[in-house]
Amino acid sequence: MRFGVVVFPGTWSDCDFHYVVSEVLRQPVKYIWHRDRNLDDVDCVVLPGGFSYGDYLRAGAVAGRSPVVEALGDFVARGGHVLGSCNGFQILCEAGLLPGALMRNECLQYRCQQTHLVVENVETPFTRGLRVGQVLTMPISHGEGKYYADAGALAKLRKNGQIVFRYATAEGQVTRTANPNGSLESIAGVVNEEGTVLGLMPHPERAAEPAMGSTDGLLIFQSLLGSLVEDGSFLKR
Amino acid sequence: MRVRVLVRLKPGILDVQGAAVKRALMGLGFTEVADLRVGKVIEVELDAPTAAQARARADEMCRRLLANPVLEEYTIE
Repeated sequence: MRFGVVVFPGTWSDCDFHYVVSEVLRQPVKYIWHRDRNLDDVDCVVLPGGFSYGDYLRAGAVAGRSPVVEALGDFVARGGHVLGSCNGFQILCEAGLLPGALMRNECLQYRCQQTHLVVENVETPFTRGLRVGQVLTMPISHGEGKYYADAGALAKLRKNGQIVFRYATAEGQVTRTANPNGSLESIAGVVNEEGTVLGLMPHPERAAEPAMGSTDGLLIFQSLLGSLVEDGSFLKR
Repeated sequence: MRVRVLVRLKPGILDVQGAAVKRALMGLGFTEVADLRVGKVIEVELDAPTAAQARARADEMCRRLLANPVLEEYTIE
């Protein structure tokens, strides 16, 4: 399975994602420059964390209108998969590829800490190897990660099972104190209606080897690999 | 021609930045402050033959980039 890691000016998790895909998962991976519109030779595009174009207007606003992100619409329509983490999640929301938006953390502080995520939907290619209620440990590192969607969008997310991860305690309880940024209903990650685009604020690439303190981030990649091999969708493209 | 765009959070969306500034004002003794919301002013210098056309272009800028329709509303002066 071929991965493409997008690099914007100001991206900072690109090398980490590249390392995990190439050295830990042993899959082919290349960098994709933000001006590139050609996504023909990859199966999964990764939008890493960072501060794309400095995030001066709003987090992810300028990147959400960049050439590579404009090409993602067609890529997804052709069956491609997209994983956006942190700034990548903000960019996917700004681009309209995922519903909702990410706002300033309710505490107004930048939060860099370990979090626990409880898995809510295992019917997506990114979570098929997990079980409902499973708790994953991976870090967050952001100032603008408070998920917001209006009442109509939230109802639709719930109805379609698009809420994939919620912030929780180590035991998997969704509580107010386990919510690090004030996200609506403790939402940490959502997918599009088809389940082929995942956005999450935590960093799976920073929980991929025992030395990092957790390997739970790998489970997302392994689910995706397993799903695409199983249904052969990466061979059809 | 100069266009001034005001971008602010939609009513009903919690403005944590505004709440923090309000608390700071209260701390300085401005106890009469009942509510405070922080927004953004964006001033755009542009070439346009008429004010109406300048406004139409600014409106397009807001829809495509300057405001996030999920969170924000805008007015053009």
